[in-house]
Amino acid sequence: MTIVRPYGDTTGDGMVQVSFTLPLVHDKRAEGAAVQLANKMGLDPAMLVHAKPMGEGFTFFVVYGRVNHLVDTEKVQVVERDFPLLSAKEINAVIKRRLRRRLSVVGACIGTDAHTVGIDAILNVKGIAGEKGLEYYRELSVTNMGAQVSVPDLVETARAQKADAVLVSQVVTQRDAHLHNTRAMSAAFREAMPAGKRPLLIVGGPRFDELMAAELGVDRIFGRGTTPREVASYLVHALIGAPK
Amino acid sequence: MQKLGLDPTVVRRARELAARAGQPVVDLARSHTTVSVERAVLRLAGVRGADSDGIPWVNRLVDAVVADVGLSHGVAVPVFDALRREGLDDVTVLAQKAAAGAVRFGVPEKKGELTAARRAAGRAATAGLKVVDRRRVERERLIKRYGDAPRRPWIYLIVATGDIFEDIPQAQAAARAGADVIAVIRSTGQSLLDYVPEGATREGFAGTYATQENFRLMRAALDETSRELGRYVRLTNYASGLCMPEMAVLAGLERLDMMLNDSMYGILFRDINPIRTFVDQRFSRQVHARAGIIINTGEDNYLTTADAVEAAHTVTVSQLLNEFFAHEAGLADWQLGLGHAFEINPELPESFRLELAHALLARELFPDAPLKWMPPTKHMTGDVFRGNLLDGFFNLVGALTGQGILLVGMMTEAVVTPWLSDRDIALQNVRYVLNGAGNLHEDFVPAPGGFIQSRAHEVLGEAVELLERIVDDTLLEAIADGTFGIMKRPADRGKGLDGVAKHAEDYFNPVTEVLA
Repeated sequence: MTIVRPYGDTTGDGMVQVSFTLPLVHDKRAEGAAVQLANKMGLDPAMLVHAKPMGEGFTFFVVYGRVNHLVDTEKVQVVERDFPLLSAKEINAVIKRRLRRRLSVVGACIGTDAHTVGIDAILNVKGIAGEKGLEYYRELSVTNMGAQVSVPDLVETARAQKADAVLVSQVVTQRDAHLHNTRAMSAAFREAMPAGKRPLLIVGGPRFDELMAAELGVDRIFGRGTTPREVASYLVHALIGAPK
Repeated sequence: MQKLGLDPTVVRRARELAARAGQPVVDLARSHTTVSVERAVLRLAGVRGADSDGIPWVNRLVDAVVADVGLSHGVAVPVFDALRREGLDDVTVLAQKAAAGAVRFGVPEKKGELTAARRAAGRAATAGLKVVDRRRVERERLIKRYGDAPRRPWIYLIVATGDIFEDIPQAQAAARAGADVIAVIRSTGQSLLDYVPEGATREGFAGTYATQENFRLMRAALDETSRELGRYVRLTNYASGLCMPEMAVLAGLERLDMMLNDSMYGILFRDINPIRTFVDQRFSRQVHARAGIIINTGEDNYLTTADAVEAAHTVTVSQLLNEFFAHEAGLADWQLGLGHAFEINPELPESFRLELAHALLARELFPDAPLKWMPPTKHMTGDVFRGNLLDGFFNLVGALTGQGILLVGMMTEAVVTPWLSDRDIALQNVRYVLNGAGNLHEDFVPAPGGFIQSRAHEVLGEAVELLERIVDDTLLEAIADGTFGIMKRPADRGKGLDGVAKHAEDYFNPVTEVLA
């Protein structure tokens, strides 16, 4: 069966529960407005089970109702990540067992870009969105070079730290600075190190097109909303392979 | 209300060890200065504003002095000597001239000139401290006039829109809904800025920049709301990161009431140089002590990285160290919002009893401190229904163990920044627990020798063992070795080290002269 409906307590009953706030003082009209919204969301009949004034001029509603939409599971489209998302524990375990040394990561903001927000969110233990940064991973050895790092310094540090991966963050996009800087960086690594000895090159920033990796000469691009765990999972996937 | 039957000799031993571990760090802090300490001095001495690029004049002035004579003498004497030589009476004007390269700085060799510069610096700094003193008196007067929070724990709510003019109505709404304390979260990355942004700000990343003007605007708005509600609503921000001392000064000048200020957070979680942090921290705590500000320490953070059961004793150790550093800097017990958190995996058998044991241990070790009780974050999964239940149990532990400051947990933690309805549901949760069980601590006595007592004794024992190791190893070495959390932070690494200098023989700081 590919057509399904939500399930309350009977197959096919289509029952759902939603809650929301309207910027209205709580009265009969506000309750009517809530039911109207629920109807437009496809709930029919909609049962308003709870309404509570909140603050000045707001009302919170809980609505139960039968939704008239059908879902066809055949038509569901998902973009699959091409690597598995691992937990911190799994990541550490894979590195320890398969690499048998700590995986070395060097990170920096290059060029004149002074916005370390991105690289710090990924690298600092503090992390982002409740996820700890790469420094938190026991089996990752992280060197965060900070902002305004020159490409030659980055290459030198990557060599000194025997970097398995280099992470570069670019926030400023004035006159396509992020693209120029990235190309300069990947060219410098190609020049300085033979293929196979080169670290994995990764760039990240809110304005990159994730499909441009090949064009920019890097192995991977991460866009807005990337979390440290995704980066760490990718590192393991690209450098070591699937956990066994 | 001794409920755990802690052995007073073990408690005494723990405090002695914390003092022994902390003393070398205090000595280090007393013999070094930083660019941010010096900028804080200049802010108290009256330097205001920023250049057209937004770089504060205090930064320009300190940079100019450092370029000519270095940091080790302190900037007060070179600055006030130059002020006299230039025939100026406004230090901000001097900063502007210095930034244009029109002023040379030096330490006067003539004794008379040196004394004159010290005296002038002393007068200017004292004038700044007098403003801080007036703010403190003002706070006391307003609390008397409007009334204080109606109960303990104080209910602590966060706003963080990035835009101060959005924050204000949100903070006022939160206060009307029952918050006793409003915290304005800072923009991501502000802790790593080596300057304090200027003026009212309308864009931040996941938080609002801490600036003197933003402090002033929010305090004025909450004063208005305090009057309306008939209770004084407290305001909180962050004295942390590279500008910790300046934040403390700005908080004192603008009558903020509490500041987050941890002894090791910046080192461990932001990779700020350990010496920079300890020097900045001592100065900021001296200013907080003077301003009557309550500090909130950040032990909850350890539990977000380490396991909350295995690492429970590291929280106790950090609380003891924070207490020692705070007392040494002049803070009284009522100003110590020592942190801890409800972060044990709820799937673990007896997790609630363990939480209760840990929270009670903190309460009994620090009976006169208004402990800061932090809600679950690590095990909030996006299942908001379960999250609301966890928050209820968190609130119950808070009520049972007499916590002083309760940061209200949101069921949408890790999902969205709190919606209006999330905050309302969270406050409803707090009110239900405090109304229904707020006095349950009167009846709650853990069984002698039972699970809760034993667990508390075990954690205290582990804390003493760890402190012994730290004393043997020295605190800086322990931090370098990754004893706290898992971060290795050597004393010669980390951000902000280039802004640290050892005092020269003639180092002079007109603020610490008064506060010491």
